Amino acid sequence: MLALNIFAQQVAADTAPKVFLVLALLVSLFGFGTIVVGRRTREPVSEIPSQIATQTAVKSAESVRDRLSKARDAFTGAISIALTHSSITQQTWDELEEALLRADVGVATTARVLGPLRELVKIKQITEPRDLISALRKEMTAQLSQNIRELNFDASLKAPNIWLVVGVNGAGKTTTIGKLSAQQRALGRSVLLAAGDTFRAAAGEQLETWATRSGAEIVRGAEGGDPSSVIFDGIARATSRNIDLVLADTAGRLQNNTNLMEELAKVRRVADKGSGKVTEVLLVIDATTGQNGLTQAKQFSLATQVTGVVLTKLDGSAKGGIVFAIETELGIPIKLVGLGETIDDLVAFDAAEFVSALFN
Amino acid sequence: MFETLSSRLGGVLKGLRNRGRLTEQDVTQVLAEVRTALLEADVNVTVVRDVVERIRTQAVGATSSTALNPGQQIIKIVNDELISMLGGETLKIMYASAPPTVVLLAGLQGSGKTTSAAKLASWFKSQGRQPMLVGADLQRPAAVEQLRVLGAQLNIPVFSAPGDPVNTAALGLAEAKSLGRDVLIVDTAGRLAIDEEMMRQVKDISKAVKPNYTFLVVDAMTGQDAVTVAQAFDATLSIDAVILSKLDGDARGGAALSVKHVLGKPIAFAATGEKLDAFEQFHPDRMASRILGMGDMLTLIEQAEKVFEKDKAEETAAKMLEGEFTLADFLEQLQQLKKMGSLQGIMGMMPGMPKELKNAEISDDQVSRTEAIIYSMTAQERANPELINGSRRTRISKGSGTTVADVNRLVKQFTEMKKMMKQMGGKAGRGGKASKGIKGSEMPDELAAALSSRLGPR
Repeated sequence: MLALNIFAQQVAADTAPKVFLVLALLVSLFGFGTIVVGRRTREPVSEIPSQIATQTAVKSAESVRDRLSKARDAFTGAISIALTHSSITQQTWDELEEALLRADVGVATTARVLGPLRELVKIKQITEPRDLISALRKEMTAQLSQNIRELNFDASLKAPNIWLVVGVNGAGKTTTIGKLSAQQRALGRSVLLAAGDTFRAAAGEQLETWATRSGAEIVRGAEGGDPSSVIFDGIARATSRNIDLVLADTAGRLQNNTNLMEELAKVRRVADKGSGKVTEVLLVIDATTGQNGLTQAKQFSLATQVTGVVLTKLDGSAKGGIVFAIETELGIPIKLVGLGETIDDLVAFDAAEFVSALFN
Repeated sequence: MFETLSSRLGGVLKGLRNRGRLTEQDVTQVLAEVRTALLEADVNVTVVRDVVERIRTQAVGATSSTALNPGQQIIKIVNDELISMLGGETLKIMYASAPPTVVLLAGLQGSGKTTSAAKLASWFKSQGRQPMLVGADLQRPAAVEQLRVLGAQLNIPVFSAPGDPVNTAALGLAEAKSLGRDVLIVDTAGRLAIDEEMMRQVKDISKAVKPNYTFLVVDAMTGQDAVTVAQAFDATLSIDAVILSKLDGDARGGAALSVKHVLGKPIAFAATGEKLDAFEQFHPDRMASRILGMGDMLTLIEQAEKVFEKDKAEETAAKMLEGEFTLADFLEQLQQLKKMGSLQGIMGMMPGMPKELKNAEISDDQVSRTEAIIYSMTAQERANPELINGSRRTRISKGSGTTVADVNRLVKQFTEMKKMMKQMGGKAGRGGKASKGIKGSEMPDELAAALSSRLGPR
């Protein structure tokens, strides 16, 4: 095994084309891996789980905004304790850190935003917990204010604008497209939906429902067909009918699936080749997503040059703090926020509101 | 993207490589790194606190081990603790004496309920049951249609009726009874845990079908909120077990630990791919390594088991150690390896791989060029590359559409590799059999700790 290790180091150090060595390394590792396998044991499956008494609280329907503020209320606590103290102690810092971590901002980003404040406290420029929290809010909001958040629509184009929507499975791409379509129709633009999710069963039907609801056209391909060609056809149809905007749906994919990411990169290339122009590539991120969101943003950007983030499902109890890291570390602006299931629930991102919600 | 636990610990432990025992002060430093690693894996803050305390008690004064250095020892303690927290009770389905056995699925929007419903139905079918699916998600456009398509692919009946989901579920149960299906899986709409109206609705569905099992579907990419969601669904529905979805992604999956810890209910299944049979029972040991960023070694080994013929692999390994490995053997191994999926992906799962290697591009193009070169050789040349002289080289490069330099490089690298293999064989020879020659200090920390966890104390 030592030899394998050295071998690995050498392969890594060698700058010459090393495909063969890498392959050889893999092959040899597997030769030995299989020997190790022989010694594995398996645990028997047993036992059934216990039950826990159920209880539930029930109330009548509320508006989305009410629900949103309700979600926030449930999470006061951490910071409010800090506020009761008269001086800044280790506990204050711990509470601030914990609040950010709980909001999925991430360890590294949390350390990054708290670092400069520690300096200010050290030189006694800040002495009160209340001031510390508002300084932190201000700083985080400032870090989010460098980006342009409007959706790019080039009205001078003679051909359709194309907005490509990408993301992992279940993030909310199709729903986002439905809402976008309705909003863009309301602005007086003609819209065509290209059903590029040819993989998931009935994804086309789902998009068709949204097309009908929003008064948009739709181009669908065969289930299991080539998504690039569906999107290409959509663009061609939109061009021939003088449609302003093509919203291109894509199948959800996990960013470590190389083949599917390559397929997506092709979708982007093909969309670029058509008669229209890709003016927006929106990455949809679910607010419940943890640290993996950063990897998602990196990989999807590599494949499709993402121009903006849509943060969905922010009306739940999750705060979506990972998008703070995405915008400040990768420079991809958060453009829209999804707050519910109706068409009006897709709204422009507001940095100050978002940051203050992180602490509530 | 994130450092593995062992690389984090590396700096802290450098000073005490040669000391057998960890002092309390060492442990505090080490635990800070453990905490960070767990947080980066999305384990809930509160849960992290508990885990770290459990580990502290074990780590202080941990006895020195001959097999493991302090770093490996800590990783082993953490790994074992996570395994025990993730494991424990497993779920064994007890089928209802009066069929059907009803399974209710619930979860947030986009967590993967509909796909999991179909995969679960397929699993029951593979257990010799006759499942039926009920589409009670009348909220999301075409959700029922999606379930119908999946059901048709699996040849499993799907029932749904428009109108009210509670009523639909009840009708579905009646239908299953009249058709004599013995398992009924009810798919419900995604809902937010704080949406009281929707939570009441799912509770009503539960009352209407009286499920034998209620599964919460949790996305493996979920962050801190996993705890809140799990608690809320458990309070409403009394969850029996969890299905972890999208585990084929590269999220560390700390949510699994959070949910297991707060609910105390087993994680029964993991969804591991796009295909409908990519659904398996949950393995706590693999999840532990994954949360610690140790590469999914065991998954890798299992995948290898599927495609590699064991006898042949052992034969090849023996050949390698004796330096009798030929290009023909290499080609054969490469074909097997390719069956496991993208080589890049495999490389990424390998623990302890140098970063440069993990990031090395291995395109299909390069692989097929390598294959082409070997294919263009005669059997004798594959067995004995030293035969390859100038004119043979030109022939091979022409035959494979590559350059003479490419052929040269391949032959040179193959010779190097063989030498390396032989050296390894010499080492192993002194220690007895190849696998017994492995010593803790000579392999990547993660691998040592993972193997040690599996093989038990020495």
